[in-house]
Amino acid sequence: MTAYLIGIGTAGLAALVGAALPARHRLPGAAALSAAACLAVLVGAVHVLASGHTSGLHTAQVLPLTGVDLSLDPLGALFIATTAGVGLAASWYSVGYGAHATPSRTATAMLPAFLATLLLVPAAASVATFMVAWELMALTSLLALLTDHRRRPETRDAAQWYAAMTHIGAAAILLGLVLLADHAGGQTFATIASHRGRLSVPLSSTVFVLTLFGFASKAGAVPLHVWLPRAHPEAPSPVSALMSGAMVNLGVYGILRVGGDLLGGGQSWWWVVIAALGVVSAFFGAVHAAASTDTKRLLAYSTVDNMGLVLIGIGAAGALAAGGERMLAGLVLLAALFHLVNHALFKGLLFFGAGAVQHATGTRDLDRLGGLARRMPATTALFGIGALSIGALPGLNGFASEWLLLEGLLHGFASRSAVTDATLLAGVAALAITGGLTATAFVKALGVGFLGQPRSERARGAREVGPSMLAGMGLLAGGCVVLGVVPGVALPALDRAAAAGFAGGAPTTLRVGLGLDLASLHGAIEPALLVEGLLAGIVVAWGVIRLAPRRAELRRPRRAEAWGCGRELQTARMEITATSFAEPLQRVFADVLRPDRDLEVTHTVESAYVTQAVSYYQRVDDAVERVAYRPVIGAVSWWGRLARRVPNGSVHRYLAFGFAALVLILVVLA
Amino acid sequence: MTATLAALGAASPGIWARIGASVLQVAAVATGGPLLLGLMGKVRARAEGRVGPPVTQGLRDLRKLIRKEAIRAEHTSAVSGLAPLVLVASGAMGAAVTPLVTTRPAIAGGADVFVVVYLLLMGSVALALGGLDAGTAFGGMGSSRAMTIGAISEPALLVAILALAVQAHSSNLPDIVAASLAHPGWLASPQRLLALVALVVVVIAETGRIPVDNPSTHLELTMIHEAMILEYAGTDLALVTLGEAMRLGLLLGLVANLFFPWGIGGSGGPLAVLVGLVALGAKAAAIATLIALVEVSTAKVRLFRVPELLAGGFVLAVVAVTTGLVAR
Repeated sequence: MTAYLIGIGTAGLAALVGAALPARHRLPGAAALSAAACLAVLVGAVHVLASGHTSGLHTAQVLPLTGVDLSLDPLGALFIATTAGVGLAASWYSVGYGAHATPSRTATAMLPAFLATLLLVPAAASVATFMVAWELMALTSLLALLTDHRRRPETRDAAQWYAAMTHIGAAAILLGLVLLADHAGGQTFATIASHRGRLSVPLSSTVFVLTLFGFASKAGAVPLHVWLPRAHPEAPSPVSALMSGAMVNLGVYGILRVGGDLLGGGQSWWWVVIAALGVVSAFFGAVHAAASTDTKRLLAYSTVDNMGLVLIGIGAAGALAAGGERMLAGLVLLAALFHLVNHALFKGLLFFGAGAVQHATGTRDLDRLGGLARRMPATTALFGIGALSIGALPGLNGFASEWLLLEGLLHGFASRSAVTDATLLAGVAALAITGGLTATAFVKALGVGFLGQPRSERARGAREVGPSMLAGMGLLAGGCVVLGVVPGVALPALDRAAAAGFAGGAPTTLRVGLGLDLASLHGAIEPALLVEGLLAGIVVAWGVIRLAPRRAELRRPRRAEAWGCGRELQTARMEITATSFAEPLQRVFADVLRPDRDLEVTHTVESAYVTQAVSYYQRVDDAVERVAYRPVIGAVSWWGRLARRVPNGSVHRYLAFGFAALVLILVVLA
Repeated sequence: MTATLAALGAASPGIWARIGASVLQVAAVATGGPLLLGLMGKVRARAEGRVGPPVTQGLRDLRKLIRKEAIRAEHTSAVSGLAPLVLVASGAMGAAVTPLVTTRPAIAGGADVFVVVYLLLMGSVALALGGLDAGTAFGGMGSSRAMTIGAISEPALLVAILALAVQAHSSNLPDIVAASLAHPGWLASPQRLLALVALVVVVIAETGRIPVDNPSTHLELTMIHEAMILEYAGTDLALVTLGEAMRLGLLLGLVANLFFPWGIGGSGGPLAVLVGLVALGAKAAAIATLIALVEVSTAKVRLFRVPELLAGGFVLAVVAVTTGLVAR
């Protein structure tokens, strides 16, 4: 707890330093302090995860009326440790990312401030503390998102969407938690948890639905995800990484804390709803990621997809726990939390990579990139690790957690409840489909974005980014590899967190080792052996082809022109683009994506048979946004325009309004 | 089932014998894959009234290619060199962990169906990245098409295999094979039959056979897999060809042993391994002949009809799992 508090204090100091120091020292100072803060918090959180002890703190001085309650339990500590890991990498990365132009005071101050609030939320132990931390997080992230608003007008639009969604969500959470605190007779989480069984079913269900609305919108669950593909691309890359790698996780944290811990699991239909949200999000996110051609938009949709997978796990775990299968529930929850941690690592890495590319080329558009593998080899290799991790290739962390999730769902079929079975089956199907789509999306991001020939002058002139950005990426890539090769090292911590996730949850029976072993359930993988085998296979195959040709000069590959079907010249104009790469899948999933396309053929004046110009237009917008949000926004604006006619500047009219309001109040009170 | 597992555990051979068995399986797949391709070519030729190349043509091609120099396109990066190596290594790793000849390969504890599925995905991803590396129109087009098909066939493969795993209460391959051996009646169960049909569709798609792709096409515009590997030559092409043949061998061996596990060596003794090897060859050859006959009698479908075929496979696989749950 002490290390944690020191860390939070240091992060606050970093924000002050970022705002107060002169321009030259602002960025390094703030970055160094926030890195130190993350390290301190990491030490505190890992201590809690390793020992399993919960420690708390109450101070009456900080917040009037209620005071501040903080508590570190294994569940919160897991989220704090994840955030601190991504935050540490983001601090390193931000030094190089902001170095090209003098960053504003707001920009340098808001990154550590955002980080501090992210670290504060999972430790909040009362309704008041939680809501204050939650709102501070919304505010600081909004300001951090607006950093580049002078250069890009899209940022303002994104910020409006984000602000609206996050505040509607926060209002729902506040309503739910106040209702809960009112009926439980106290506002600290400990008091509420002690009233677990005594709340009526309609009340606890109301609380759950209200808070779920807020938390699901934070976690980016479809249909509440619309802010995510707007806000994540427009934010500066360290902020995007924190948003995608840490902030969305807190939506999941909220669901677990309120639904699993404070309400004690409750009804099984709650969890089926969550799993359904997860299935829809995973599928919708994966399809959009496969169709996107903007790197960061692709990553944002992939976040929707991965959060969907986590929600599937949480939902399945809740449904199993409600059916009395505590051990299986613990296993599935553990898998979901593992995937959440892994997602934070590789999505942070990928956002850093996209930021490095934007830094070097000035664009996020995959159709203008290419050929970076030879110009930015280190960035390409690190982005590649992230892309292959998220594609769940064996030996990297995405595979470990997806395997565990699949195993959990598979063994969950033993529960013999029809509703649970249907939930699990939908989850497995979603997991399978998103697996293939995610692989396609990231082959596109890596293959079109980094391999081949450059598609624009700026990509041609790209240079490798500096050591601080590479170090930030390297830290997260190292995490991906370690958790991929020896996933067993994370199991004890995850097990404690999962047991805290549901009230009285039983620890799983995973055998502790380097690989993953389900022990009594029969299922195990040894990624370390797989990696050794693969490396051995590569070395043997390489040796064979290097020695097989008899003449020594044939043993080295020769360079030649690429095959152009008889054509002499190969230019980058002939290369496939991200749009064309995604076209077949876009056609297959046209019903989900609803692309807006238009072909316009202009003929010459002389003859209708001679074509002058052909223009093709295509745009893939979010269908959910178009169907569900545009009409509401239209209605609200209409109402706004209507209301604007009422105040016309006449003082008499305003006096009449005042009088009418007074009369109304008196009538109501009487 | 428990009794069978106990019996298998009692006869558990030493680590060296298991590594030896794994190496044997890799060798069997590496030579068997090209032979199966040759067999399929021969069957097709005979059915069409031609003599056709000899069955060993695949191995002869490999011998020819491996003596030639590799030629790489100008703009390629290290990916072009790595992709064929990863393809072969992932195929070999898949062959090492799958119970093909014996139920006890080297890392039996980690021999999981999902591992094999994701190893196959690893090979597909490596080839697709290799296709994009040269920065040409054909390579990219091939990669795009191959990934589109893979994006739908991989889920079908995963869910079809899940149907078997649900039945055996485990995703561990030796467990599934042992359970199938112990319950011969399972073969006729509806979920197995549905899963088998789904798997055959997947195998056809994953190995690029008619009606999904035509392996002997010479027109770049109609190619899927061949377009993706257009830039490889010499030793690189030898590895790609070998890797693809190993995928075929592995998939056929997997289908053969998951559905018809008879003859597989359980004890790990030399005789049992020999019987397992012969049985594996016979079963895989039978399935390959059937696929070749299907190829002769059907026409290649349009690219945009392929997803419908694969989606059909996926739905069958989901129905297989559902049937299994209902029938329990």
